[in-house]
Amino acid sequence: MSMQQRVIQHENLLKFLGEIISSGKQLYAPQKKAEKTYFLPASDVHSIVFDYIQTAESPKELLFPKTERMLSYEQVDGKLKMIDHAEGEIFPERVLFGSHPCDAVALKTLTDFFRHDVPDAFTQKRQDSLTVISVSCIKADDNCFCTSVGTSPGDTEGSDILLTPIGNAKYYVEVMTEKGQSLFAAHEKYFENSDIISKDKYLTKMSEVFSSSEVTARLSKAFDHPIWSDASLRCLGCGACAYVCPVCSCFDIQDEGTDKKGDRLRCWDSCGFSLFTLHTSGHNPRKNQSDRWRQRVMHKFSYMPERYELLGCVGCGRCSRACPADMNIKEQLKEITEKIEG
Amino acid sequence: MSSSNIYKPYLMQIEKVIDEAPGVKTFRLRFTNDADKEQFNFTTGQFGEYSVFGEGESTFCIASSPTRKDYIECTFRQAGRVTSALAQKEEGDVIGFRGPYGNIFPLEEWYGKNLLFIAGGIALPPLRSVIWNVLDLRDKFNDVTILYGARSVADLVYKQELDEWGKRSDVKLVTTVDPGGETPDWKGKVGFVPSVLDWMEPSSENTIAIVCGPPVMIKFTFPELLKLGFTPDTIFTTLENRMKCGVGKCGRCNVGKVYVCKDGPVFTYKQLQELPAEY
Amino acid sequence: MQALHQKAKELLESGKVQVIIGYGDGSGDRVRPVFISKAESASDLIWDDRCRQNLAVYLNKPEIKKLGVPAIVATPVVVKTIIQLISENQLKSSNIVVLVVDNDVVSELTDNASLEAYSAGHPVVFPPFVVKEIKDIAEMSIQQRNKYWQDELSRCFKCYACRAACPLCYCERCLTDNNQPQWVCVASHAQGNFEWHINRAMHLAGRCVECGSCTIACPVGIPIGLLTIEASRIVKQEFGQEPGLHCDADSAMSSFKVEDTETFIK
Repeated sequence: MSMQQRVIQHENLLKFLGEIISSGKQLYAPQKKAEKTYFLPASDVHSIVFDYIQTAESPKELLFPKTERMLSYEQVDGKLKMIDHAEGEIFPERVLFGSHPCDAVALKTLTDFFRHDVPDAFTQKRQDSLTVISVSCIKADDNCFCTSVGTSPGDTEGSDILLTPIGNAKYYVEVMTEKGQSLFAAHEKYFENSDIISKDKYLTKMSEVFSSSEVTARLSKAFDHPIWSDASLRCLGCGACAYVCPVCSCFDIQDEGTDKKGDRLRCWDSCGFSLFTLHTSGHNPRKNQSDRWRQRVMHKFSYMPERYELLGCVGCGRCSRACPADMNIKEQLKEITEKIEG
Repeated sequence: MSSSNIYKPYLMQIEKVIDEAPGVKTFRLRFTNDADKEQFNFTTGQFGEYSVFGEGESTFCIASSPTRKDYIECTFRQAGRVTSALAQKEEGDVIGFRGPYGNIFPLEEWYGKNLLFIAGGIALPPLRSVIWNVLDLRDKFNDVTILYGARSVADLVYKQELDEWGKRSDVKLVTTVDPGGETPDWKGKVGFVPSVLDWMEPSSENTIAIVCGPPVMIKFTFPELLKLGFTPDTIFTTLENRMKCGVGKCGRCNVGKVYVCKDGPVFTYKQLQELPAEY
Repeated sequence: MQALHQKAKELLESGKVQVIIGYGDGSGDRVRPVFISKAESASDLIWDDRCRQNLAVYLNKPEIKKLGVPAIVATPVVVKTIIQLISENQLKSSNIVVLVVDNDVVSELTDNASLEAYSAGHPVVFPPFVVKEIKDIAEMSIQQRNKYWQDELSRCFKCYACRAACPLCYCERCLTDNNQPQWVCVASHAQGNFEWHINRAMHLAGRCVECGSCTIACPVGIPIGLLTIEASRIVKQEFGQEPGLHCDADSAMSSFKVEDTETFIK
């Protein structure tokens, strides 16, 4: 249930976003660069694009940057000192605008995953200072499959404020959280009162291609199924799918610097790389590309639901769009429900 | 580690360096900060991330016993970037340590039982932690038998401790080296661990077997133990998948849905039988 | 396409090859690599303008080698790639069948001479937008060029799709994966991204056959192939050497002659 409902005119939305920028918060919004759309820091609201299906990169960088400086160290007078960036750093107030509901769900999944068991301060602090204003989907493409993984084009989950385009350059506004409320309250003049409306007729229609719980059930018996080697023959073993994925969160820890001064970094990593699990001895528990492709699917649809009650996929379709060899996750999942016995 | 930064290591000073075997060293490490020492606790079986600043972190077990509280020890073979840098470190140098991580050997469940330790090569360190823990609480356990093998006499680690265990009347120690690895004055057995085990014929009655070694040793030792009447739930081992974070986040140590860093490194053979072959 | 289907079917039925590496139907309007082992599936092969991924990348993959002797459906640039791989001792023409399609006539190239003849007759022609990109960059000052690449490479997150898609990036252990010593920063930041791409371009200098697969593969749209194209242009200008033309060519950047008059290496 939303805390507030309003309507906002497109023109006022731009003013609202403009005020966010002038208030000193960092606004990340979809903008074009070299034919693709990205969430980039916005300094001018007129550079924001509204007419896009999916950004090339997900917004996960806002919670889980590709390179996170976790700590620094320095030898001072012969003594090693550590600087803890989870404690010292001030995480800037940020507003993400224009994420679709799938991305908002993904940000929540990432937060929940990193909070699980041993809480990770970096993602938590970044999440605490991030307000998410999403926009419902009025169009989609063949790679989208949100309704098959438990979300939908107008899902409010994970968004602090959700806008739904309702025609005539207007948006229906649902304020969902305290964070959303406080942002809304500071700029209330741009919003008009509204009754609760049914968004459905404005949203893109997306039929369910498979049931994710069905996929999870089938996968529990599918480890040795031939489907993995058949499907992964063309997989090139890069990390494009993992890096554009809004949920993929595997990482590497690397030192940069000398023994006297340097940083300990957390860097994105991918289960698609053969080196990911390679032991120093040369032994590799996942030595074939098919082992790695299976890991990718299993992690998202079997291990994550079983361990954390989280689904590792929100159906954004970025991995399928990005894959240089046309590995298509939606097709693979559908095939799992068709070919693997329940 | 009062910080919320789960990746921030303790600073540990190397108090002692022991050359165990070619390329193998043991470090005795002390906390540089007393408060860290006071609040630090671990249980045998657990591991940590040891780091050389500027080079990175490497995963290995805590090789000392939790009954010896002032320090921790680790034993490593120089192999990759971090262990090579570690091997260059000297007494007095400071390194990083995060931990303890992972599950434990269920020592309390083993009270009153016979314990059979079987180790090969550089895999003795995880068992050494348990062995000292057991010997420090000796009256809680029944017979203690240790079978330890290495490729050659030079490759045996903890030589002093092997002597010490060998002299104790409350420990039965059998050491062996692979054929060709013996020296003229070698007094132990010559032969691979599984065949020496076959020769020893230990009773499986009221006995727990704890096995750590290279994959090929494990592969032939488990069937041998089953033949001796051990059931899969009485055989314990540790898995050594590659790790980075140690806290269930980085995503690389899983064997199927099991995370070695959280659900392991200690597993029974029964548990392994239920896992896919991804280790 | 019928001629291709017929040829593929014959090759599989005769047992001359066990697998056809070609293009088949993909997601939406895409084509994708397919590996056809059954004669009755030969008609799945597609041949049209969408067939741009350099399939030579699969020839040395262990998973594909296991399938048996391959025939590969080759665009002109794939033929060049195969010649280059032969010159680098990564392939033997006697172990593969190269299928080229011209005006619905399918020919088999089965030896070095026929590969070379085909390659000589089919020079790589860049699409107009690539020609423009090359020209635009050539006209930039050093400072502008530096800024251009800083900006482009800032998007790189080191997924290594460029490397994975490149048939000439076949090193079993890439220099960027080597950590003793750590030649290239692992992290994706300004320095790490630069180190990686400059090293890659250097390693492909005079070897890049300009297929564009790296650029097409890049999920964040960096025209990364321009770096290797430029590196190859310089090698051609300085050493007169062009990759993908001769099966017995040596490589300008990795050969040394004792009679070399330059002093830098001595």
